[in-house]
Amino acid sequence: MNVTSIPEFPPQSSSSLLESIPLEVVSLAKRFGQIKAIDGISLELRVGECLGLLGPNGAGKSTLIRSIVGRVIPDAGSVTVFGSPANTSEARSALGWVPQELALYPRLTCRENLAAFGRYHGLSGDKLATSVAWCLDWAALQDRAGELAKNLSGGMKRRLNMAAGIIHRPRVVLMDEPTVGVDPQSRNRIFEMIEALRGEGAAIIYTTHYMEEAERLCDRVAIIDHGRIIAQGDYEELVHDAFAQRNQVLAHFAGPPGEIEAWVGKHAGRLLDGAAEFTIEDSTLIAGLLDDAARSGLKLLDVTLRRPNLESVFLHLTGRELRD
Amino acid sequence: MIVPIVRTAIVSLRRDRAALALSFILPIVFFSIFAVIFGGQHDSTAKIHVILVDEDQSRASLDLARGLQREESLVVLTRPSSKNKTAAPLPEYTAATAEAAVKAGDVPVALIIPHGFGDNPISFGGDQGGAAIRLLNDSSDMIAPQMVAGLLQKAGMTSMPEVMAGEGIKRFDQYSGGLTPEQRKQMNGNLEKLRQYENRQAAGASSAQAGSFAGPIAVQSRAVVGQNKRSPMISFYAAGVGVMFLLFTASGSAGALLDEAESGTLDRVLSSRVTMTTLLAGKLAFNTLLAFTQLVVMFLWAWAVFKLDLFTHIPGFVVMGLCTAFAVAAFGMLLASICRTRAQLGALSTLLILTMSAVGGSMFPRFLMPEAMQKAGLWTINAWAIDGFTKVFWRDLPVRELWPQVCVLLAVGIVLFGLSRRIARRWEFA
Repeated sequence: MNVTSIPEFPPQSSSSLLESIPLEVVSLAKRFGQIKAIDGISLELRVGECLGLLGPNGAGKSTLIRSIVGRVIPDAGSVTVFGSPANTSEARSALGWVPQELALYPRLTCRENLAAFGRYHGLSGDKLATSVAWCLDWAALQDRAGELAKNLSGGMKRRLNMAAGIIHRPRVVLMDEPTVGVDPQSRNRIFEMIEALRGEGAAIIYTTHYMEEAERLCDRVAIIDHGRIIAQGDYEELVHDAFAQRNQVLAHFAGPPGEIEAWVGKHAGRLLDGAAEFTIEDSTLIAGLLDDAARSGLKLLDVTLRRPNLESVFLHLTGRELRD
Repeated sequence: MIVPIVRTAIVSLRRDRAALALSFILPIVFFSIFAVIFGGQHDSTAKIHVILVDEDQSRASLDLARGLQREESLVVLTRPSSKNKTAAPLPEYTAATAEAAVKAGDVPVALIIPHGFGDNPISFGGDQGGAAIRLLNDSSDMIAPQMVAGLLQKAGMTSMPEVMAGEGIKRFDQYSGGLTPEQRKQMNGNLEKLRQYENRQAAGASSAQAGSFAGPIAVQSRAVVGQNKRSPMISFYAAGVGVMFLLFTASGSAGALLDEAESGTLDRVLSSRVTMTTLLAGKLAFNTLLAFTQLVVMFLWAWAVFKLDLFTHIPGFVVMGLCTAFAVAAFGMLLASICRTRAQLGALSTLLILTMSAVGGSMFPRFLMPEAMQKAGLWTINAWAIDGFTKVFWRDLPVRELWPQVCVLLAVGIVLFGLSRRIARRWEFA
């Protein structure tokens, strides 16, 4: 993939736009029947930033994205794109959306798909041709340009799906779990595409329930659960806010489950998938913990000492695992 | 093992409303339609509309007219009906206006009682020299002229001509002082000829030839529409079958909306500069072109294989083709916007299209149907499209005469598209 050849995104055309915030969401709320899909979310996307929306399935990430692109009408709150309300033509031109679904025309070729979506965004002539060529290059699909979309591999379809979302060269790109269902190799290629896009100055919102993706790609992360943002900041801030300087200890023991549970509770830990989890201020405290386990008749199988990550933060804040 | 399989299939069928509808509702609907058409619902059997022009105004012609008007299976028209009931009645039909009315398809048959009919109303054969009643008919309706011809004889005289003639001679003999032997001999000869003729009739000799003796009243039949057509019913079936399949294709093609909604493509399109109205208008334009192309192919085939006279009717064909395609495409859009899934669309479109096609005359001509069913047919796209194509290919009418069909089809298309746009709001926003 020749990502270095990607031309720059169009410059912002006025000083007022330069001064504007790419995306601002204020007190957004949406209810479907009795379910609060979004419950008063506020966030801000800065110029050139990649903001991760991290949360489990059903947390409200997709509803938030769909509200931003105008596909869901919120019950309350506002969305502005470079100062323009969402659903205006200015906002639509500035926004690019990569939906979670493979929203393509299966009987059109890669090139035809890109051209169709380009026309829907008002491109034509040389501008359209240039943009299609750029997207094919960006998605490393030049040699498959004449292939029907339905005949592409899963990873290629994902890349084409992404390319169709940015065919009009938007300055704000919303990516809704773009790596769902792809193999690790394709996932890495998608990461490279996103990093190249960032390099061109696009501001990105990236939703995922994979912590590794958020850690790798995002400047800041908003952790979302039950339709609310429960924490946001950069990686270090989130971990520090949740754990300060404490470390995470994960240990597996052999023994009666009831005794293990009682012992873990005594030391203010918790059981996660059969592993006992504790947070400790000082790593030297781990020796005393393991001694007490031995005295309690528990046989240690393995132990890990690690710095907390985003998954630890999510667990800490919600009491649930990220991938529940 | 068989019972669990049956149970699983029953549960699946119960939850598949589309399949249930097709399995149970469609047969009932069709059974009802065919029962109404062919099941002998006597009170609603189609009456034949016939124009009567009495040029003779003799006692015999007036009696005959009254006899025809008494026939319950005929609706005898002597003047065009005025749309405004308070206005003065329109002038009576003449031979020329009656022929024009048959050509226009207003009625299938017209009877002209010519001057001189009353001088010799009863014909005992082709050599009697009386003025024959002229029967003008539209040959697309093969039943109406035969019915009218038969009822004409019934209305005139129901007894056998030989008996009538014999009775007449007997009376003449009685009141005139007797026939001379020479007169009696000649009369007996004529009666013998008449008897022989009747025997020939009984033996099945042809009586359908124009101008031949077909009863006591002489009738000359002439087809004023379709007399020169090589394949009389081809245009009817091309239009009838064509419209039915256009409806199926249009609903299937419009179903692409459902696929796009399901795949998320619709959401993506609507997040661009394309609005729902633009999107639906684009789909409508495509489906209209698709339907028109189908009609072109079908009529070209009819021209190539069945000798349909297509190329002398191009303007009418294009006008009717485009209007029909537009109405049909809008119908498909409405169905697609009503349905939630492809399965629903398949069931609903099959149910509606087959029903419309049966009632609207795509499967058999509407003039064969009871009057109530003929009127019901006017609620279908099929009927208006077939009527329009019939005007073009059968009656050779100019394009301006298509205005009722054009207006109705365009209005139907606009209304259906408006409805589909309104219903499609559910896709616009969540």
